[in-house]
This record gives sequence, C-alpha cells and structure tokens, in this order.
Amino acid sequence: MSDTHAQTVRFVRDSMIEPQEPPISETGVIRWVRENLFSGWLNILLTVVSLAVIYFALSHLLPWFLQMVWNAGSLSECREIRNERYGPDAASACFAVIRERWHQLLFGFYPVEAYWRAVLGFVVFLAGMSPVLFTSLPRKLLWASAATPFVCYALFWGGSIWGPVATALGFAIGAGAYSLGFRAGGKLAASIAAIVVPILYWLFLAGPLARALTGIAPIGLPFIPSDDFGGFMLSTIIGLSAILLSLPLGILLALGRQSHLFIINKVSIGFIEIIRGVPLIVWLFTASLLLNYFLPPGTNFDLMLRVIIMATLFSSAYIAEVVRGGLAALPSGQYEGADSLGLDYWQSMRLIILPQALKISIPGIVNTFIGLFKDTTLVVFIGLLDPIGLSNSIRATTEWNGIYWELFVFIGVLFFICCFSMSRYSIYLERKLQRENR
Amino acid sequence: MTTLTQPPQESFRLSQLLYDTRYRSLTIQVVAFILLMAFFWWLIANTVANLEALGKDFDFGFLGQRAGYDINQTLIPYTSGATHARAALVGILNTLLVAFMGCILATVIGVIAGVLRLSKNWLVARLMTIYVEGFRNVPLLLWIIAIFALMTESTPQPRDFREGGGASLLFDWVAITNRGVYVPAPNWGDGAGVMIAVFVASLVGIWAWRRFARQRLESRGQLLPVMRVSLALFFIPTLIVYFAFAAITGGREQAIVAAGATEQSSLADFAQSQSGLNVCLIPGSAASLNLERRLMADDLNYNAVPFTDEQGALAGFQSGDCNVVSLPSADAGPYIANGGFEGQPAVLSDTILRGNPVEFERPVLGGFNFEGGIHLRNSLIALWLALSLYTGAFIAEIVRSGILSVNKGQSEAAFALGLRPNRVMNLVILPQALRVIVPPLISQYLNLTKNSSLAIAVGYMDVRSTLGGISINQTGRELEGMLLMALFYLLLSLLISGLLNIYNASIKLKER
Repeated sequence: MSDTHAQTVRFVRDSMIEPQEPPISETGVIRWVRENLFSGWLNILLTVVSLAVIYFALSHLLPWFLQMVWNAGSLSECREIRNERYGPDAASACFAVIRERWHQLLFGFYPVEAYWRAVLGFVVFLAGMSPVLFTSLPRKLLWASAATPFVCYALFWGGSIWGPVATALGFAIGAGAYSLGFRAGGKLAASIAAIVVPILYWLFLAGPLARALTGIAPIGLPFIPSDDFGGFMLSTIIGLSAILLSLPLGILLALGRQSHLFIINKVSIGFIEIIRGVPLIVWLFTASLLLNYFLPPGTNFDLMLRVIIMATLFSSAYIAEVVRGGLAALPSGQYEGADSLGLDYWQSMRLIILPQALKISIPGIVNTFIGLFKDTTLVVFIGLLDPIGLSNSIRATTEWNGIYWELFVFIGVLFFICCFSMSRYSIYLERKLQRENR
Repeated sequence: MTTLTQPPQESFRLSQLLYDTRYRSLTIQVVAFILLMAFFWWLIANTVANLEALGKDFDFGFLGQRAGYDINQTLIPYTSGATHARAALVGILNTLLVAFMGCILATVIGVIAGVLRLSKNWLVARLMTIYVEGFRNVPLLLWIIAIFALMTESTPQPRDFREGGGASLLFDWVAITNRGVYVPAPNWGDGAGVMIAVFVASLVGIWAWRRFARQRLESRGQLLPVMRVSLALFFIPTLIVYFAFAAITGGREQAIVAAGATEQSSLADFAQSQSGLNVCLIPGSAASLNLERRLMADDLNYNAVPFTDEQGALAGFQSGDCNVVSLPSADAGPYIANGGFEGQPAVLSDTILRGNPVEFERPVLGGFNFEGGIHLRNSLIALWLALSLYTGAFIAEIVRSGILSVNKGQSEAAFALGLRPNRVMNLVILPQALRVIVPPLISQYLNLTKNSSLAIAVGYMDVRSTLGGISINQTGRELEGMLLMALFYLLLSLLISGLLNIYNASIKLKER
C-alpha cells in the first residue's frame, strides 16, 4: 500500500524552501495602519470621522494659538498688533493678558513683595509632604512633615511666629498627657487626658502664651489677612488643607459606620448621608450665610477658614464611603484573625485592617481629592477670589473687556496639571503597594 | 457525691462600666449620646439667641407671600404675582428638567466614549482618551462658563439670519443664535391624543416583549429577535395612527369666519377693510398653526388672542374678543345661524386645512428675534451640555472598566461556542458588565443632579436661584430657605438612589 502513494505523487520536494520576507502589506507601518486604522468598514468610517474631527479642531485652534500676541497692554492693542501682523480677520490668541495678569491669577491680591513667602510656603509643603508620599525616604523625616503645616501657616499668613508655635505645643502637651495618664490610670484615662488636656490648653492657655511670648520676643513676618489671598494660591490652600484634614476624619467616619455601637453607627450614617445628599454649593452658602446663626452671638471668623471647614466635612463624607468600600472588601478572616491574636479594636484596625483597606481604596480616595480640588472653584460664588472669580474681574476692566478663551485656557491648564499629576501619583502608589500576583 | 455550689453572687461594681466588655460599649454610647445632645442643644440655643438678637423668628409663612420677581424659564404657569412657594416649585422643575436631560445625554455620550476608548482603532481610542482626561481633570465650573461663553460669543445674532447676513438655519429647522437655540414646537391636531396613547402603549409593548423574550431565553433557550421587534413596535403603530388620522381628518377644511366681513371676500381684503386683525387662537393646536401660516403667507399683521380650547375661542369670538376665528367648514353655517354676535360674521373665501395629528411650528425670524418654536435659553443649553460632557467622561470610564472586568475567557468561550460578535456582546459580556457598571453609574447620576446647582454660574433659574437665591434675598429668611433647599436635594438624592438601587437589585447576580 505504501508505494501506491509514491506512484500518485509526481514530485516530492527534498529540500526546505528558503524563508522569504513577509509580504509588504504584513510588515512595518503598513501593517500597523491596516490593522489599527483600516481593518473593516466600521474601522475605516471611524478613522475618517476622527480625522475630520481632528482637522476641524486643529484648523480652528492652531492658527489661533500660533498667531499669539504676547506684548500688549490691552485687548484693543492686541487687535491692532494682530491686524498689522496677520490681517484684520485672522484668529489670534491674546496671551498678553496672561503676561500682564499672571500674578493676579496665581496669587490674587497677595502683596507683590510677599510672593516669595507663598512660593516658599508651597516648596516647604511639598518637601514636608514628600516623606509621606514617597516611602523610600527615611522615616525620621516624618517629624519634619508634622511641623510642615505650622511652618506653612507662618509663611502664608505671617504674624508672630509664636502663634503657630503655641498651637503646635498643644500636640506635645497631648502626647505628654497621654504618657502621664498611662502611668497614672491606664489606657482609658490616658486617652481621655490626651484629648481633654490639649483642648483646655488651646481654649485657655495658648492665646495668652502666644501673646506673652510675642511681647518678649516679637519675631515674625508681616501679617497678611485672608482677604488678600486669591487666585490659584487660594484654591491650592483650601484644597490641600481640606485634603489633609478630611482623610483622618473620613477614616473615623467609615469606622463609625462599620461600628456595632448603635448610636455611633446611626450618627455616622446620618452625617454621611446628609452631607452627601446636598450639593457642595449649598454647604458653602450655609458657611457664608448661616454659620453665624449656629455660633455663639458675636463670634465672627474668617470666611476662608469657614470654607476650609465646610470643604473638609464635605469631602470627609465621601472619603468615608470610599474607605467603607475598602473595609467591606476585606475578607472577614482578617477581622477574625486580628481578634484571635488578642489585639484590641484600635490595634487590629491600625495594624491589620486599615493598611489593607486603605490600599484597596487608594484610587477612590485620590478621585475624591481630585474632585475636591476641582470643587474649590465654587468658592467664587460666596465672594472669594479664586482663579475663575479673578478671570471675571479681569474681564470687567476696560483693558481686557471681552477676553475669554486665553483666561480659560490658562486656568484649565493649571488645574489639569495638578489633577492629572494627582491621578498619576495614585497609579504609582497602586503599583507600588501591589503585593499579590506579581 | 457532688454538691452543687452556688456561683458567688457577682455584685455590680462601678468599674465594670469601663472594664467589662459587656457594659463598656453601653457606656461609650451613653457618653457619645450625651455629648451629641449637648452639641445640638448648644447649636439650637445659639440659633435661638441669634435670631432673637436679630429680631427674626423661625417661620415658613414667607412661602405664601407674593414673590414679585420674574423667572425666565417656566415649565408651569408663573407670574411675578405668584407666591414664593410657586417660585420654588418652578425652580425645582427647572432643576429636574436639566438633571433629567443631562442624565440621558451623559449616558449616551459616556457609553459611546467608553466603548470607543476600547476600540482597536488607534486614532479613535486616543481621541476618546483626550476627551476623558480633559473633562475629568478640569473643573466643571470652568466647562460651564466656557460653553456658555461659546454659546453667547461665537454664535450668530438673530439679525445675521436675515438675507445676506451669513447665518442660516440648521437643516432649515433649528436656529442657533446668541440668544439661545430655537427648535420646532409640536402642535397637536385631531387624533393627537390617540396617537400619543398608541405610542405609550407601544412602549409598554416593547417592555413586555423584551420581558417575554428574556423569559423564553431562560426557560427554553429560544432566542427571539428583540432589537428588530422593538424598533418596529416603536415606529410602526404610531406612524399608522398618524397617517390614518392625517388621511381622514388632516385634509378636512376649516372655514375662516370674520366679524363684519362681506360674504366670500378673501382674508387679505378683509384685513384691508379692518383697522386690525384680532385672531382667536388655540396655542399649540395644528388648526391654529395653519391659520397663522395662512396669515403669514399673506403678510398680514395680526394680534393673537389665546384660548385653551375651541369652545372658548368660539365664545370669545361671539363676545367680540377677536374678529377672526376658524372652525370646521361643516360647523360654520350652524354657528353663524346661532346668532348673538357683536358684528355680523361671514365666512371668508379662504380656507385652511384642519391639520395632521402633529405639525411642527418652525422658528421664524420676527422683528429682532426669532418667534415661534421652542426657545431653549443659552443658560439651559450650556448647563446641559457641560453637565453631560463632564459626567459623560466619568461614565465612559465606568463603562470601560465594566467591560474590562469581564474575564477574557468569557468572550473566548462564547466565540468557541460559535456565537457571532454581537451575540457575544449581548448575551455574554453586557449582562456581566452591567453588574459592575450600574452601582457607580447611579452615583454619577446623583452627582449630575447635585452639580446642576452650578446653574448659578450661567443664571439658569433652578431651585437654588429661586428658593435659595432671590427668595432668600427678598425675605431675609436664610435659615428657612436654606433648610428647605437642603431638604429638597436630600430627598431627591435619596429618591434617585432608592429607585436605582431597586433596579440594581433586580439585575445583580442572584447568589444562593
């Protein structure tokens, strides 16, 4: 049987064919274009439509952007320069407004001679936060991080340095009260002492102490009131303060919502749902219109501080929900394991539950922070001068009446850079903390 | 021999409240409760003291007072003489309108962008990435005012629509001007009620069919055509009713009756003989629209006297409120013979058609502005577009993550079974992706609804502008106004999340 086959086959190749180059349509750019842009009628249609969109956008934006005018004192001067250079109907961006007013958009009415303080303040802040943000730095530096808020306050607002120092002293006193209380009456007494003693100190002692120290040694920078703060600096200060303060508060609220204690649980749920159910703008109006009703008669405090408090409460409710998601995602074995090791509630939370839950919630937490940072623009409605408010007041001047897009582009790019880098940082953090399935 | 010893009677010691886990949680809660009550008492005492110092009281009576301000967009009848409560209601409806429209458009944009971002087409995927990142990382407020500026600064003025002005109507029907967008308004003729009823019935039919098809699929594994039947049900019954009524009643003639006219004179002649034309019209009805078209075709100036129904218009004509009215030709003779008119009426030689079940009124350039059609203000459009585009970017990410969350093995297995790509999408991927998509989608809808309070940036009259803005400023009732407004948003949020949670519970994986 085997040779019948041989008879039917006329030709048998006895050597391999030399490998050939793949056809030109299957290599390099052509293949990529064919597979990624023109692989079917739907794909071709999409490509054509996208090309049309890109052409439309660029044909409008590119001339406008490329024919920009940088040196002019007003919009009409800008137009004159444009008419000279590109003809009367040419699209031309008048970025001269940014050149003239960038300091206002960035700093508001903060005194020009104090700009260095604002810049230094942000540098100090970033440097101070870097041990928290990047774990590769030595852990001892965290002490410097703890001091950062006080240094930043002294730089931004100025005034006697003894105010922040006296305030910071409260935390040291709290730590001291804890260790004393621990020796005297155990853990519970220590916790109560650590809360009550500093509060009493801040209420009654901190003010006179700061005044007395100022009287002895008046060191400090000139005081700048919050009314002068504005522009991107204002957004950043409100945003960063609220971010820093809302994280611990949000975690506490999340723990409260998971708690088995009936009253704590219900209070947390009520707080979270009420805050989340009402738009931030209503809370901001509450801060500016109603807060005076709720405080003892005669108290009146800084609008910016009120906004920071409201923004903190607002974002802490959102953080709480994100963290609650993380807590719920942990398998119950983790809780049981912590209990079986004999850890008490706070120990198990600190050592076992929260590190894992927070890791899961990082994307959500950072998203909340980005949202909060963007929402700082809403303060324009209660009369604070954020970049958008300043762009309105710039437009209200005779020189720059009728200028829109250049300001919008500038503000938008600033926010984009901040928010985009925050989201990239969260991706970096997620990758770094990933432990399983590497 | 065993002796049962009584366990020592434990006496309750005060320290047990702190150190015994049985009592400790109770202690903590009692302390927390006392602190909380003290805090509330402090707040209320402060508020009472402050209100007293200001000479105010806590009273919702201002809601019944006259508002005294105008609202530029009202979905229900409203005048400046109405009450603050009515103004708040108008604002609430405006908020709901923009939130509803925004949710729909945001879903459409988000789903398209999310799917396209996963497309194999490199160019489209990059474009969608730019869209998503651009909108997610820039404040919504900036987008709202930018789109508002685009609408007011870069669109033509109404006068540019005159001949030689350089602007033209979109598809000959929609006018985009710097004062807003004018779209055609539907006018209802005979049979409109039936047509709408049939349309609603066919929507119910689509729902029932989909349900039936799903049950069939699950009980017998039989695949029924859903999309085709749904489309057919959506269009065909309504169109049949429309054309039936158009054929039967649409061609019927309407006589034009004028007071003090000579028999069988034309409309133009009658207009010349009179000092002015007052026309009894029923706004929104097809016959009246045809009468107006007729008047405009003859270039006649006229005064429109609005009525709510045909009986009212005829009675108005009888009592001399207007000197022109139209009614079906067959009814004209008996109506005139009835008598009791101010001036002797006569039937004119011109006739109009009674009109189809629905006819669209085109926006027309009047003196300085467009007339007719529905006027969508720039504030509404800018807010709507900005909210939809912004939320759409977030929804796109949700959709993308939902689709990516479905294991690749699922689609590979489906392909291995020989299913076609659209079947794989419909039967395997989407049902699983939806479970991931729906919960965050709900919170995006809530965000959009709350973000609609940014209407303040463009002067859209939502509930924050009416109740929480002008009403508060006029009456000085900050506490009450803000409380009501917060309550409204809170209830709305709870309602939306409640409804959508029910939906979510119905589609989520049923685990045993």
